[in-house]
Amino acid sequence: MPEETIAQQPVGLPRLNEPAPAFEAVTTHGTIRLSDYGGSWLILFSHPADFTPVCTTEFIAFAEIYPELQQRGVDLLGLSIDSVYSHIAWMRNIEEKTGVQIPFPIIADLNKEVASLYGMVMPGESKSETVRCIFIIDPKGVVRAMIYYPMSLGRNMQEILRIIDALQTADKHQIATPANWKPGDKVIVPAPKTTEGAQERMKSGYEITDWYLAKKKVEG
Amino acid sequence: MACVNTDGTLTQSARSVLGAAREPALPEEIASQTGLPLYRIRSSLRELHDAGLLEAQLDGRYRLTTAGSERIEID
Repeated sequence: MPEETIAQQPVGLPRLNEPAPAFEAVTTHGTIRLSDYGGSWLILFSHPADFTPVCTTEFIAFAEIYPELQQRGVDLLGLSIDSVYSHIAWMRNIEEKTGVQIPFPIIADLNKEVASLYGMVMPGESKSETVRCIFIIDPKGVVRAMIYYPMSLGRNMQEILRIIDALQTADKHQIATPANWKPGDKVIVPAPKTTEGAQERMKSGYEITDWYLAKKKVEG
Repeated sequence: MACVNTDGTLTQSARSVLGAAREPALPEEIASQTGLPLYRIRSSLRELHDAGLLEAQLDGRYRLTTAGSERIEID
């Protein structure tokens, strides 16, 4: 095999609708396996480094939405390439300076094992730190959404909640959600896949724009 | 080890988990009884099982071993 081919071998990355890569990791709450979250939704997210400004604002924001995530059956698990002692010191510092207690565990991924599995290091951004990744993993351990932010951009917590709401609504009602959807808005009925289905769709009681674009209200 | 302090004593959460397993219990029942999240219970059960303080039954329930009972008394 030519050398350049070896050098260009792709780093394994999680893919949507495929099982999330399994791991066992040291965290601020002890040794945790991905499978420990079986049956619950999980947001696995990475941040570049402890004791940095954008990350600190994000952790405070994650702690603020934590009760809303819990109501939705969602757990949070952070990660960076820092030691568990650094994580503990940073959590204590955040609490001391802002009064905010961080209720979720953080992976101390010093050997980059989990970061590599999930493609969290983007050398164009930094060779030694993880970028701001989010992996939303469903109760069956399947990756349902992924977002990657650059190091300079703090994440939008309302968008994270919106994604959870959209995925859970889609699962419950077998529907899709339109642009800028938020809970309470009408949802999209999947387009028919046959000519017969298209004809019947036009006679349905949905809010019809055309046979392929129909909306309806759903509860919860 | 999340269940054992660096001085060798059990953590408060480990004592709670062991206490909840005096009668055989499922991880979900132990989570409900202790108020700890299920992921922490699963992690703790693994650690306490490896330490010989809990045993796993075929029906998925965990129960205290003799060593586990003695350890609770000591701590």
